[in-house]
Amino acid sequence: MKSSAATKSIVARLLLVTVGMFGFGFALVPLYDMFCDITGLNGKTNAEAFIPLADLIDTSREVTVQFVATNNDYMPWEFKPQVFKMKVHPGEEIETTFYAKNPSSKAMMAQAIPSVSPSRAASYFLKTECFCFNQQQLAAGEAIDMPLKFIVDRDLPSNVNTITLSYTLFDITNGGAISGDSLVIR
Amino acid sequence: MGDHGPAQGFGRWLFTTNHKDIGSMYLWFSFAMFLMGGVFALVIRAELFQPGLQLVEPEFFNQMTTMHGLVMVFGAVMPAFVGLANWLIPMMVGAPDMALPRMNNWSFWILPFAFALLTSTLFMEGGGPNFGWTFYAPLSTTYAPPSVTYFIFAVHIMGASSIMGSINIIATILNMRAPGMTLMKMPLFVWTWLITAYLLIAVMPVLAGCVTMMLMDIHFGTSFFNAAGGGDPVLFQHVFWFFGHPEVYIMILPAFGIVSAIIPTFARKPLFGYASMVYATASIAFLSFIVWAHHMFTVGMPIAGELFFMYATMLIAVPTGVKVFNWITTMFRGSMSFETPMLFSIAFVILFTIGGFSGLMLAIAPADFQYHDTYFVVAHFHYVLVPGAIFSIFAAVYYWLPKWCGNMYDERLGKAHFWLSFVGLNVTFFPMHFVGLAGMPRRIPDYALQFADFNQIASMGAFLFGFSQVFFLFIVIKTIRGGKQATDEVWENPEGLEWTIPSPAPYHTFSTPPAVK
Repeated sequence: MKSSAATKSIVARLLLVTVGMFGFGFALVPLYDMFCDITGLNGKTNAEAFIPLADLIDTSREVTVQFVATNNDYMPWEFKPQVFKMKVHPGEEIETTFYAKNPSSKAMMAQAIPSVSPSRAASYFLKTECFCFNQQQLAAGEAIDMPLKFIVDRDLPSNVNTITLSYTLFDITNGGAISGDSLVIR
Repeated sequence: MGDHGPAQGFGRWLFTTNHKDIGSMYLWFSFAMFLMGGVFALVIRAELFQPGLQLVEPEFFNQMTTMHGLVMVFGAVMPAFVGLANWLIPMMVGAPDMALPRMNNWSFWILPFAFALLTSTLFMEGGGPNFGWTFYAPLSTTYAPPSVTYFIFAVHIMGASSIMGSINIIATILNMRAPGMTLMKMPLFVWTWLITAYLLIAVMPVLAGCVTMMLMDIHFGTSFFNAAGGGDPVLFQHVFWFFGHPEVYIMILPAFGIVSAIIPTFARKPLFGYASMVYATASIAFLSFIVWAHHMFTVGMPIAGELFFMYATMLIAVPTGVKVFNWITTMFRGSMSFETPMLFSIAFVILFTIGGFSGLMLAIAPADFQYHDTYFVVAHFHYVLVPGAIFSIFAAVYYWLPKWCGNMYDERLGKAHFWLSFVGLNVTFFPMHFVGLAGMPRRIPDYALQFADFNQIASMGAFLFGFSQVFFLFIVIKTIRGGKQATDEVWENPEGLEWTIPSPAPYHTFSTPPAVK
């Protein structure tokens, strides 16, 4: 049997591990984002506007870009792309819009979350302007055309010929909680 | 200290720092939770006896599946193993008590409060947790009943209890061993618990972090798991299973230790491959940290992820196979006898292996897309937990109870309990493989007609298994109150320091450390 000093030191070390692992649980959050960022998994696109360096357009190649708009559960807005599908040249800056209308009887806030499929194309899909960078507020009955500008990177792997950009629209009027009104509308 | 006895009255239990008292309280508490979780399970099986909605509302059914899982995992299996550790580890390593007796008292006494908090949610407006024991976000955040906050704090308290218990166990094993008791001379139950305690310290804080993030998402406007705010629900599953997969080994490694103690006694041969058992346990513990995403094959992982987690998972079959091989080889050409602890241990080896094989099937990523969230998964994890963890606890109680209370249990009744449990368990869970492969989803109160026959069989088995455990309670009480006097050795040449002290074990043992050859 060893002294109580030995016990104290082992308890101190184990408590340190406990605190460390509690921190590690939280560290998983940025680690997870970083991992997805580096590997391009999860279809995450750039969260801030991309500033184009040089506008070299690869006219020899055409890529199909498809747009998908989905409402999250209980989200009552009308939400759709104005153009569903287009052919673009890599390097070319393209502008398109998404239509949104708030049919409810009160002002609402929304946030669109983008995702690109196939996920390995996500890091080559560069948005220079996007309504998803900001929250959208619409008064009751108001409608809006929301702009999106993007460039498909010229380094896009040659075996990717179609990119799908999907937006999910979330009701964040109550900070993400489901509001009673939208439950009724559904 | 000498022959100073326990205090009298309820104060003895409230203020005790004696490892045997605390061990007994853990075991009784765990049995109470086992019966409560069992009642929840029987509500589920009664509702599923026939298709359609008969007895309970779907909302309440969901609360039952959730509470059954939570109570059985955190209330029955884990405290039972901690109770066994309290009773046995000091006696096995020749220590007078646990290293931190006061903390030991505290880590037990916060548990009843945690479970009072958890079960009280059933009586609250909106009901108890209804999102499954895995509490995936956003089901457990955005869409949760208001009582989810009570659930979160209950999990925090359970985590604190487990962590304190683990620190105590590690300090005891590393610092309190009798002179001559080197690490590689320790009984396997002590070894497996040492490794389990490290697993607990590594992952319980991650679980605490996970529920804390939920708490912040629900009440403080953060968006860890909320896609609308830039978070990710899939992140929840990664964090949860980083805890959750080591957790399933936390519930089985001590069982490996128990069976490794019992089989040599009744095969009358020393354990085959002691060192390989230690290394296999350590390998399983290591691998448990790198396989978590095999619970998430269907979330949309890239092919490289699917392959990595598939192969890493299958790798676990190697050290587990070593263990099963060693147990069988220990029995091979042994002079076997089949007392109740041995029956439970042999059933453990056979049925746990069946559960291991269905686990291998689930590990095959492409096949998992069919099995995912079906009753096949339910059959799999009940085969590793019921005849795995629970049977090993029964075996341990029958094996060491004569040492604890000084009386032999009634062998005839013990065997009857074994066979009732064995038949009940297989009748309950084996048909679940079939309905699962045929496509019956888990966690539903109603099902398609073609699953009716097998569900009826499973429900009947469940009631048989459930009532057999009331019989177990009767056997244990009968043994404590009287019966044939147990000898100090109890069994024929059992190995271990705990058999060198009198039966019943005196209140204080090894006040002077024993000599270990």
